[in-house]
Amino acid sequence: MSTADVVIIGAGVVGTAIARTLSAYALDCVLVDAANDVGTGTSKANTAILHTGFDAKPGTLESRLLARGSALLREYTAAAGIPVERTGALLVAWTAEQLAALPVIADKARQNGYLAIRPVPVAELYAREPLLGPGALGALEIPDESIICPWTTPLAFATEAVLGGVRLVLNTRVTGVADGAGHELTTSRGALRTRWVINAAGLGSESVDALFGGDGFAIRPRRGELIVYDKLARSLLSSILLPVPTARTKGVLVAPTVYGNVLLGPTADDIDDSADVSTTAAGLSSLLAAGHRILPGLAAEEVTATYAGLRAATEHADYQIYVDGKQRYACVAGIRSTGLSASLGIAEHVVASLAEAGLPLVSRDQPAPIPRMPNIGEAGTRPYQAGGEIVCHCERVTRGEISDALSSVIPPSDLGGLRRRTRAMNGRCQGFYCAALVSRMFAGS
Amino acid sequence: MNVDVLIVGAGPAGLSAAAELRRLGAGSVLVVDREPVAGGIPRHSWHTGYGIRDLRRLMTGPAYARRLAGLAESAGADLRVSTTVTSLSADLEAMLTSPYGRESVTARAVLLATGCRERPRSARLVPGDRPAGVLTTGELQQRVYLNGERLPGRAVVVGAEHVSFSAAVTLAHAGADVVALVTEHPRQQSYAAFRLGAALRWRVPVWTSSAIRRVTGRGHLAGVEIADLSSGAERFVPCQTVVFTADWIPDHELARSAGLALDPGTRGPAVDTLLRASAPGIYAAGNLIHAAETADIAALSARHAARHIAAALVGSAPAAAAVPVCSEAPLTWISPNAVPVPLAGPVPGPVPGPPLGRFTLRSSEFRHVARLDVRQDGRRLTLSRPVRIIPGRPIHLTANWLPQVDPAGGPVLVTIT
Repeated sequence: MSTADVVIIGAGVVGTAIARTLSAYALDCVLVDAANDVGTGTSKANTAILHTGFDAKPGTLESRLLARGSALLREYTAAAGIPVERTGALLVAWTAEQLAALPVIADKARQNGYLAIRPVPVAELYAREPLLGPGALGALEIPDESIICPWTTPLAFATEAVLGGVRLVLNTRVTGVADGAGHELTTSRGALRTRWVINAAGLGSESVDALFGGDGFAIRPRRGELIVYDKLARSLLSSILLPVPTARTKGVLVAPTVYGNVLLGPTADDIDDSADVSTTAAGLSSLLAAGHRILPGLAAEEVTATYAGLRAATEHADYQIYVDGKQRYACVAGIRSTGLSASLGIAEHVVASLAEAGLPLVSRDQPAPIPRMPNIGEAGTRPYQAGGEIVCHCERVTRGEISDALSSVIPPSDLGGLRRRTRAMNGRCQGFYCAALVSRMFAGS
Repeated sequence: MNVDVLIVGAGPAGLSAAAELRRLGAGSVLVVDREPVAGGIPRHSWHTGYGIRDLRRLMTGPAYARRLAGLAESAGADLRVSTTVTSLSADLEAMLTSPYGRESVTARAVLLATGCRERPRSARLVPGDRPAGVLTTGELQQRVYLNGERLPGRAVVVGAEHVSFSAAVTLAHAGADVVALVTEHPRQQSYAAFRLGAALRWRVPVWTSSAIRRVTGRGHLAGVEIADLSSGAERFVPCQTVVFTADWIPDHELARSAGLALDPGTRGPAVDTLLRASAPGIYAAGNLIHAAETADIAALSARHAARHIAAALVGSAPAAAAVPVCSEAPLTWISPNAVPVPLAGPVPGPVPGPPLGRFTLRSSEFRHVARLDVRQDGRRLTLSRPVRIIPGRPIHLTANWLPQVDPAGGPVLVTIT
């Protein structure tokens, strides 16, 4: 058994970002995940927003890496063809108390280095969002908040990593570690020897950290339920509509999606089971109540999907990132709800810290180029617009797109993976028309 | 390219309209369907009972679908499959996507016959996990009859309308053990000897006054929580498949994106008795405007539209304003949604009636014996004979009261008394 230089545990958006950053160096890297695909945990079920970090806690690592990561990801999306739209956000105050909080939030944004934030008078707010519910008192505009495809992002990172020589090992859960000259990780599918280990296991990061003697944090899964509205609701709004955050949560937002839908959520419930992504009657009805207040037109629109995701929160307010040079171990945990936006900033920070701690970084002569991902967003040109056999009618996914996904660098291993790569079956009919055919195509691949 | 009539959707409605338009000499007729095979829903509905009222024969769904496609083609309609209309403008220009590329089609008249689908579990906001094994009847029938999939294990059907029994038959064919049909209504809504065969109906229990509250299972479905609406008690019913049936919603996306006014009841494009939508030259028929009637009724409603399109193309359609026709709870919709009234002139013609000379309605509640009260501005236009009212089943209102409608009056309102 050969010894890898680095094993990254967790192929979510953070793990894949670290893997693609490391793939630029002459290292033997392994990216391992217990699931059957990249980006299946927190990375796949979130609010799909590319944050500026305007509302982070100033002075924290999160604030710094979010600002940096957000800028890096904006550049990367253009190169990789990741769907992104700079819709901007309006943070709306509905009470006098919230209105009074706006200058404080704007101040905080400036402390975070985000200077483009500005107050929006109520008349301008309704001019920009005429269908906003009655009673808004004012708002802040955050013009750089954007919507992004959360599925293409980790897939692009992982594709770049794999093309750069990183070995992607799925369906493999790390269960233990034995130390000798290096680390020997025991997994559900045999041993993995490596010099360095990076823990990017998200909801599983606490148990991985414990294998290395860590006890600095406890993962407290915080569940967020969300509702996706039909594409016909997309014309109800133009910006991301944010609430004034409370001490505990950013609150319920309404946002367009890059697929042309409208997203409402999330709730925030601390739960014990880090695999429980079920929706609840109470959660959905609280979202409906909030959504109908913010954007009354939603009440008449059809719901396309509901889902829940888990944020890997800890008892701490900041990221839990540290590198232990002696153990040749890095912990990248407690990324909460900002991992997508901060991912490339986190990766840059972690790789620099690893170098400081002694990981030898020698640039490759010819690193893999940034891959060009298939466009599944509405802002860009989609394949059907040039012709083709549309197989999924609601999302207008062509047979060619499905074939391409099935033979891509990291092909899907189930229908869920195919959905995240193509949008097939994600539409308003939820498979009434196309699921049988798409399943047949998947089974025949 | 230019055509006289563009028909969107090659189901029973679209195909029947195409054949009728050709028979009436309405010029070039292009029928497009986004599916790879024409015929619509009957293609994968393998029980018999199709074709009774329109073709005067009894056939299975696939045979009926083939027959209608054959009739349209032999009448000279141009039939294109795997072709999607991605946009439609008010000046009757449509953009088409197909394996041959993109094409623009301009028509003198457009008939929308895009049909309807069942609301899936997510749109019904049933909470819980998101496992495999949660289907609609549309997906179920395609998996079983087109893919040949087997569905062993226990199955629960949500709904107790005709289509729900059809789903139960399909499940039985696929090897499933159908545990029950679950309905929030106090009783089932199918005919005693519905075309599926009565025997099955008596073998499968119908749990009335019951609702599905939660879907459970990680990876694959493990079961569903069913609430008894009278006692409030909930229980877990283990099953591997759950099928959400009925709860129809018209496929109105093209209609909406073309800017057509929708009827708040049917949620399809608002149409008058000639089946004209709110934009000149655009018509709608079939289950897009009455979700869902049986296939033969959809076909007959489309023939009605075809006759008016043919007349309009030679300039003989009555120019008219319209008086809206609405219904009130527990009635959920009425179709068509307006009565055209001749513009003032020396010789106003007769008011054209709706398809089959009747309006169709739906109710959300049972009424053993009730009458439909039709009024305009409080003035009674007619009171129907006593009818039985069953949710999910059509209620018919004969249109013999149209001459009483005051062209200058308010909307016609239909209520149950």
